[in-house]
Amino acid sequence: MQSVLEPSAAAAGPSWRERLAQAVPFLVLAPSLAATLIYVFVFTGWTLYISLSNSSLLPTYKFIGLKPYADLWANTRWNIAYHNLFIFSAFYVVGAMAVGLLLAIVIDQRVRGEAIWRTIFLYPLAVSFVVTGTVWSWLYTPDTGIQLFVRSLGWSNFTFALTTDRNLALYAIVITGIWQSSGFAMALFLAGLRSVDQDIIKAAQIDGAGVFRIYARVILPTIAPIFLAVMVVLLQFAIKTFDLAIALTNGGPGIATTFPAIYVYDLMFQRGQIAQGAAAAIMILAALAVVLVPYSLWLVWRKRREGKNG
Amino acid sequence: MSALTVHNLRKSFGAVEVLKGIDLEARNGEFVALVGPSGCGKSTLLAMIAGLESVTSGEIRIGERLVNSVAPKDRDIAMVFQSYALYPTMTVRENMLFGMESRKVPRPEQEATLARVAALLQIEALLKRKPGQLSGGQRQRVAMGRALVRDPKLFLFDEPLSNLDAKLRVDMRTEIKKLHHRVGKTTVYVTHDQVEAMTLASRIAVMHQGSVQQFDEPQRIYDHPANMFVAGFMGSPAMNFIPAELTTEGGKPALTIKLADGETATLALFDNVASRATSKQVILGIRPEHLSRYDPEARAQKPGMVSLHAPVELVEPTGAETIAVMRLGDLEIVGRFDPDEAPSMGEEILLGVDMAHACLFDPATRQLI
Repeated sequence: MQSVLEPSAAAAGPSWRERLAQAVPFLVLAPSLAATLIYVFVFTGWTLYISLSNSSLLPTYKFIGLKPYADLWANTRWNIAYHNLFIFSAFYVVGAMAVGLLLAIVIDQRVRGEAIWRTIFLYPLAVSFVVTGTVWSWLYTPDTGIQLFVRSLGWSNFTFALTTDRNLALYAIVITGIWQSSGFAMALFLAGLRSVDQDIIKAAQIDGAGVFRIYARVILPTIAPIFLAVMVVLLQFAIKTFDLAIALTNGGPGIATTFPAIYVYDLMFQRGQIAQGAAAAIMILAALAVVLVPYSLWLVWRKRREGKNG
Repeated sequence: MSALTVHNLRKSFGAVEVLKGIDLEARNGEFVALVGPSGCGKSTLLAMIAGLESVTSGEIRIGERLVNSVAPKDRDIAMVFQSYALYPTMTVRENMLFGMESRKVPRPEQEATLARVAALLQIEALLKRKPGQLSGGQRQRVAMGRALVRDPKLFLFDEPLSNLDAKLRVDMRTEIKKLHHRVGKTTVYVTHDQVEAMTLASRIAVMHQGSVQQFDEPQRIYDHPANMFVAGFMGSPAMNFIPAELTTEGGKPALTIKLADGETATLALFDNVASRATSKQVILGIRPEHLSRYDPEARAQKPGMVSLHAPVELVEPTGAETIAVMRLGDLEIVGRFDPDEAPSMGEEILLGVDMAHACLFDPATRQLI
């Protein structure tokens, strides 16, 4: 912002055209900058303050320190939710990336009807998490879904009840999440694979490398930045997980698949514990920061290193 | 013995035939240049020799072995790409070792070869850098280094110098020539630059529209181009083509050419090409350096010299020589002069034409008579 403002302020009598030309970038950016400033930074600050207050049903501004955080961490359900978040994120991100990469590599072999396959795999992304969750919950429910279907084929002892098992319900959400997001990962990976210079691949062929070695040593390292970008996007999907879990298991069975976002909603709007809800929201922010801050630092570092080496 | 034999090679993409029966051969240790304008099929031919494009019909042999359907990695070739195609995530050292690692060459041998080639190309200081940190010329060296560590039967170069600036290109051209002398490997070199082809190659294949127009030693291609395409493509400024009619002058065969205002000029022919011509109409091909200011004294040394009046329309000094565009009837002809005797603009020059070096072409077939 400053760099945009300063030249026009410093210039001694440029024509109104020049002034306008200089002001245009700022004018165009101003609304989104203002929105970002207010909705991100001001409200984050507000939430942070509320999380240190004694707000209950309505926000109050009496500062009471870290007590809401202590209350939050004393709660079993929160601990399960935070624990779930890490398990879910790990399996979901790794799973979606692995499936996405595999699909991308298969499609990259110039398969027939490539556009059709690409659309099919990308399609789940167009479906909202609530719809996905609802449909998959029917599939998972023993009385209506896959179990019923397989039993109707004659395997009458077949059991498939992920969502009703408190130890497995989380993985039902993981699988559904992977189904939904692997197409997105595939699209990005495929774009990456297609951007690789064909000459490099030819050079590797002449160098005597097999297909596996060409992918492992030449192609995939070239698109490493895409891995990181996909990972960061998927991670922030994972950390925000709310509607998928609500629609699929509603946090159950019991509290087995509670996620922090669900818990925040609960505390804030169901139980009138605004301070604790804000504290929980700040913890989600912390989790996001753990992912995003190193990523942005890495981006800056890489840019600087490239700048230095030309 | 031939290191590479290409026999009646054809390539079609769908209905489009891009190579129409190529015959080519490279003797052991020879440097063969494939030269031609864009789209002549030279890069496709190279890719087929490398095994990167499939063969529609015909034969490719490396050594004695038919390699039509052999995978690139099993052809025992190394290739330098126009884009260099260095692996961007690997250091120079890893780039050069990659091929040997793929072929499971023993570690000590890998190190020894790397050290030898790095010294040969003077890139020892670059080994730890990544391609992104190298200049164009350095990348070019590394790309050659990656090919050299392989010790293959055949080296393939695909326009390796076209991404360099003019000065560096000339330097690298010299280096490649030296390198070929030292290493002595059979090389096939694709270029669109006829100067590169002339300077580097022991034999040149001039390609046009999917077929080899002429395959011969550089000087023979320059002096005796097989047809008007080769004549026009090789050499810069290009050869002048002047429509002419076979006549006789004092009992000896001569050429009559049209000048402005219905006037004609008669040029005595130096050798007895006239007997080979099938029609009266021919096209006289004369290179710019065989035009000069007519000097009656020099005529004694150059028996083929004849004279001609021509107004000078444009003069382009380049320093070492001066290019002049002159009018000859409806045609513009280009001459290459020593700056000391260069004509000035507007001058009506008495032009000496060195008929000893003239080529005659058949206007119908465009072939050399």
